[in-house]
Amino acid sequence: MTLTPYLIVAALLFAIGLGIALTRRNAILVLIGIELMLNAANLNLIAFWRFGPHPELMTGMLFALFSIAVAAAEASVGLGLVIAWYRHSKTTDLDEMARMKG
Amino acid sequence: MNSATLDQFFVLLQHHVAALFPTVLQPWVSMILGVVGIVAVFPAIFALTTVLERKGLGRMQNRLGPNRVGPFGILQPIADAIKSLTKEDIVPRNADDVVHFLAPVVLVVAIFLGYAVLPVGRNMVLLNIDAGILLFFAVGASTELSIFMAGWSSRNKYSLLGAMRAVAQMISYEVPLLLAAVVAVMMTGSLAPTAIVQAQGGFTGIFPHWYVFTPWGFAGFTLFVVAALAETNRSPFDLPEGESELVAGYFTEYSGFKFALFFLGEYLGMMSIAGYGITLFLGGWGAPFSFLTFIPSWAWFFAKLFLAIFFFIWLRGTLPRLRQDQLMNFAWKFMLPLSLLNLCVAAAWRFLGEWLGGGTVAELIRWLVCAAVLVLAYVLLARTLLRQQNISPRSYRYAD
Amino acid sequence: MIEGLIFGLLSILTLAGAAAAALLRNLVHCALSLSVTFVGLALMYLSLGAQFVGLSQILVYIGAVAILVVFAILLTRGAGALTPHRLIAAAGWRLGWIASVAVGFVLIVALVRSPLPVSGDHAVKVTVQQIGQALMGPYVLPLEIVAILLTVALIGAVIVAMPEDQKEMR
Repeated sequence: MTLTPYLIVAALLFAIGLGIALTRRNAILVLIGIELMLNAANLNLIAFWRFGPHPELMTGMLFALFSIAVAAAEASVGLGLVIAWYRHSKTTDLDEMARMKG
Repeated sequence: MNSATLDQFFVLLQHHVAALFPTVLQPWVSMILGVVGIVAVFPAIFALTTVLERKGLGRMQNRLGPNRVGPFGILQPIADAIKSLTKEDIVPRNADDVVHFLAPVVLVVAIFLGYAVLPVGRNMVLLNIDAGILLFFAVGASTELSIFMAGWSSRNKYSLLGAMRAVAQMISYEVPLLLAAVVAVMMTGSLAPTAIVQAQGGFTGIFPHWYVFTPWGFAGFTLFVVAALAETNRSPFDLPEGESELVAGYFTEYSGFKFALFFLGEYLGMMSIAGYGITLFLGGWGAPFSFLTFIPSWAWFFAKLFLAIFFFIWLRGTLPRLRQDQLMNFAWKFMLPLSLLNLCVAAAWRFLGEWLGGGTVAELIRWLVCAAVLVLAYVLLARTLLRQQNISPRSYRYAD
Repeated sequence: MIEGLIFGLLSILTLAGAAAAALLRNLVHCALSLSVTFVGLALMYLSLGAQFVGLSQILVYIGAVAILVVFAILLTRGAGALTPHRLIAAAGWRLGWIASVAVGFVLIVALVRSPLPVSGDHAVKVTVQQIGQALMGPYVLPLEIVAILLTVALIGAVIVAMPEDQKEMR
């Protein structure tokens, strides 16, 4: 195996995640899209760690670990915000959340 | 046959059978044999456990339990299996049939994966990987999703309520479960179950070096058992399937073979978590006394497993069910602080050992200090929490 | 050969899960197919030799993030009756897909064209002990920062999601 196929899968995953984030109305699905993009980045990190010149330094792997932790924090805060917003306005529709435009 | 051969009997058998095949296939064949062993042995224990549980609970409730099929009713599991296989498989009209079908499959597959790293005897582990305990917890986390799938896809309020209760309970108790297990991992310095068992291998006099015989190990073991009861939805934490409230919880809408799969998954989950408790704190396949080491290691493991299963049945026959708020308060206000403190005590144990040096007196001081901290914390925490609760004779509005 | 086959299957699983999350209507189905993607990625990490990261991926993403997402969907009543198709897509959804396809296309073209400075396939076995020592040694500062971040996120999520009347009670 070589590096390029993994990077192509990661690029496709990133594109799908971006597509979800840009096209879906529901705020939770937008968060899902962001999670997918983060995961694509993680796959890149692991693939570069494995096929890079210095795998014994574990840089890519540890970066991926930190990235997983940050993604978990992001998901919890994001979903907390969505639930708070839902309680306030009874919708999770992003097009209707534009009310703050004034 | 001497005791060493008997100890390694199954390993040697595996090697012999694998040697019959060409060299290229040998690793695959021995892997498949291991999988077959797990898939054969643990469901057999499950079948035995169901009848033991029904008979044991019957005895505790002063009745006979099943006694119609075979001598003393021991063939009851076979009758149950035939019944559940021949029953009609009903899927509710509104159910989400794909998810409804996948839920029991995901549950059973995930639970079987957990057995892959469980050492059931000396050299008897399917995958000796470095991060075995982590695999067990990862797999335990995916059973939560399958329970949610079952409850949600049934389109039934009881199923959904049961699933939400189960998932909330499992997430809450996973934290103390993990923290309790981390103590054993910390003292061993490895996440591999085989290394944890080996670290508990020695003997002082006739007594073994099991982790449960240290203050932090005892506290960790107790916390692990309580959290394990909640993780497997066993009584007294069986709110997700409380019959008097929720029919059968998240698998209300399952029948026939899928119901049997849920039943299998539940018991296999119980046995797997008991197996990991044994591995982490009770010396795994080690003998309890130095003069008993001639008995094969796998026999010890399964003896301990049956003891643990008996303990679970005993608790089910003894304790009443908790209330939802009691359950959550217990997890977050009691178990979590104690398990965090236990981590600190384990670290203190290690450094006190280095600081005080060897010798009986130093050992005794270390023992007393660590035990005193844990007992004090337990007493203080329990008192504070009890004081917050308003415990008084219950008054019934319409009965007085 | 076998490695290539495994990679092919895993990448199909991962991408199919992601595509299903993008296209399905029912939000719970989206969340479940998202977890298929997470499992596929975890298996890919395992096949790349990153055992610890793969298992943490399952523990964190399946055990926490996927469960959190389905809980949020149920709490916001998103799993109810099927919404008509025009209601699942945002206002400018055509533009959105065009943009994301363009991004994917540009990324892949750049990847295929650029020479990657890679020395090849080292099969390095990393033990959990090495990871722990690295986290406690050279990476201890990032580890502490992540710990603080997680604590802050925990408190923040609880406060944000707390009902308003309880906030006023304090």
